Amino acid sequence: MLQVKDLHVTVEDKEILKGLTLTINAGEVHAIMGPNGAGKSTLSAVIAGKDGYEVTQGTITFEGKDVLEMEIEERAQAGLLLGFQYPVEIPGVKNIYLLKSALNAQRVARGEGEMPAPEFMKLVKEKLGFMKMDASFLQRAVNEGFSGGEKKRNEILQMLVLQPKLAMLDEIDSGLDIDAMKVVADGVNSLRAADRAILLVTHYQRLLDYIVPDKVHVLVDGRIVKTGDAELAKQLESNGYEGIEESVA
Amino acid sequence: MSDTQNFLDTLKARSSRYKAEPTWIAARRQAGAARFEALGFPTRRDEEWKYTDVRSIAQGSFALADNAEFSQAAAAALTLPIDAYRLTFVDGVFSSALSDVESLPSSVQVLPLSRALEENHEAVGGPLGRLTGVDFSPFAALNTAFMEEGAVVRIAPGTIVEKPILLQFLSRAGKPMMSHPRVLVTAGGRSEATLIEHYAGESDAANFTNVVAELMLDRGAILAHYKLQEAPLGDLHVASIHVEQARDTRYTSYNLSLGGALVRNDLISDLNGEGAETNFYGLFFGQGRQHVDNHTKVNHNAPLTFSNENYKGILDDRAHGVFNGKVYVKRDSQKIEGFQSNKNLLLSDRAHVDAKPELEIYADDVKCSHGTTTGQLDEDAIYALRTRGIDEATARGLLTLAFAGEVLDKVTLDAIAERVELAVAGKLPERFNLAGLVEAAVALND
Repeated sequence: MLQVKDLHVTVEDKEILKGLTLTINAGEVHAIMGPNGAGKSTLSAVIAGKDGYEVTQGTITFEGKDVLEMEIEERAQAGLLLGFQYPVEIPGVKNIYLLKSALNAQRVARGEGEMPAPEFMKLVKEKLGFMKMDASFLQRAVNEGFSGGEKKRNEILQMLVLQPKLAMLDEIDSGLDIDAMKVVADGVNSLRAADRAILLVTHYQRLLDYIVPDKVHVLVDGRIVKTGDAELAKQLESNGYEGIEESVA
Repeated sequence: MSDTQNFLDTLKARSSRYKAEPTWIAARRQAGAARFEALGFPTRRDEEWKYTDVRSIAQGSFALADNAEFSQAAAAALTLPIDAYRLTFVDGVFSSALSDVESLPSSVQVLPLSRALEENHEAVGGPLGRLTGVDFSPFAALNTAFMEEGAVVRIAPGTIVEKPILLQFLSRAGKPMMSHPRVLVTAGGRSEATLIEHYAGESDAANFTNVVAELMLDRGAILAHYKLQEAPLGDLHVASIHVEQARDTRYTSYNLSLGGALVRNDLISDLNGEGAETNFYGLFFGQGRQHVDNHTKVNHNAPLTFSNENYKGILDDRAHGVFNGKVYVKRDSQKIEGFQSNKNLLLSDRAHVDAKPELEIYADDVKCSHGTTTGQLDEDAIYALRTRGIDEATARGLLTLAFAGEVLDKVTLDAIAERVELAVAGKLPERFNLAGLVEAAVALND
């Protein structure tokens, strides 16, 4: 589904990713772990298309298409969706409007036509309930005045409504208490499907107790230095990243 | 030859029309002309006109229209789709064919000025010019010198006017024309009404409209006043609106400025009795090389009076906006509340705004605040919306509308809100205000 090959990325003339290679197949859940500054967030930002990241070498393809040639919105329309570590506040734009515009933009891009309002409301209501969010969220401006936990839940709500093919979640666990973490993890787990993949970027192993990954990659200094299964995350928890770095060196 | 002489010559050429008019009108017309001649057109050396250059008016050559011909189909395309009592003026000339005030109740009069003068000129003479005299500005003087047509609205005490009263001013393409409409509204005690002034026209028009509106609210009257200015982009538009508010009145102005090459609005409320409240909501949108100047003033002339002002400017391309808002509190007008906010959004590097909020307070027990900010669209928010599959133009439109939201949310007439949305944000996938959807959501949740 997603293939990243020998990806080199610089930010403000500093090389952050130094030849990253990664393949994610449909149905899989991948976790990328690594110390601060290893380039974890850079990877998801480049895939989503954020400005300021220069790809100097390598390729990213999604279902055979060259992602780097696509506009930001085209990537989302193709089914690539990024959940932000720091969701942006959008004053004046109601959550319901974002959800409806985004869903319909994606549907229209896929030639499916807009979803009728009653069907849309039924869908949103169901997903809201799943995320244990109140209907009043819909009337509030996107993320404005939301607590950290509410913002993260809102990101997952968007995923549940938009149903991406590849959901990328950047540090979705940061700043969450254990109850909120469980709600978020339930949301993510509900996305698991044979035709969908999930990429988790996280610093801590704790999230992976709730969302058990098929593959764990360790990212150090811009490269994936080790790949394993869920057990690898547990080793990292007890030994830290230093052990990995040493073994690689 | 001075710029003023050109206009005075046009007035002289028109004078045969004015021979039979009552002496009080002739006297005011002369006073207007004399005052205009003495003042001349304002220049940027005048503090009140510091940011607005009116040479395109002063050096223009404008004729006066003699007919109100306008195709029904063209008018239908421009008119607001709204059930209203309607008076239409074409380049200042009344069009009975495009007007409809048939079903008005007897307690409300909506008349073209010419007819009101014919029927009872003395009744018009009293209030006319009482609020906006020839000294107010050279444009008010010019308007008085040329006053021929306009609208007279009289609402009897206690009357609730169910449908809006719509005054529609259409501008035609062709030879540049000028018009100097007068609007006179007297709202009786405890009456309630909605007045809409709507300016629109043929897209190639380049006319000069110089309107003076005087609105008098008697004790307890409530008036909502929409001014939807969608004049053609070549039009020059100057408006002086003066409101007099007696005790316990509530006046709400929705000043929505979208069209015109050069636009100047002066809006003044005199809060003369306790409990009087005035609300000024403004949205001005400029693109190309449009120039939009809003001067507002609230005079708290009595204790326990309230004002609330929120003006938002959106400027694109090389447009220039001006906001000058004054709140004046008269000596010993205690316990008043005066709030003012002006926020501007610049959509291009070459757009420009001059904002000047002013407070002038001569009382010591008041609650007042004012503030102004100017900024750009949040690029992070645009990115966030695009990562959800929304294209860039729509994302920008959404955020621009969101900026306007605080003011637009106050606009309760959908037909007007839709016009503004379309002008400001372009065609969005659906109506922005999804109140209906949210209600549906709440209902589903119950």
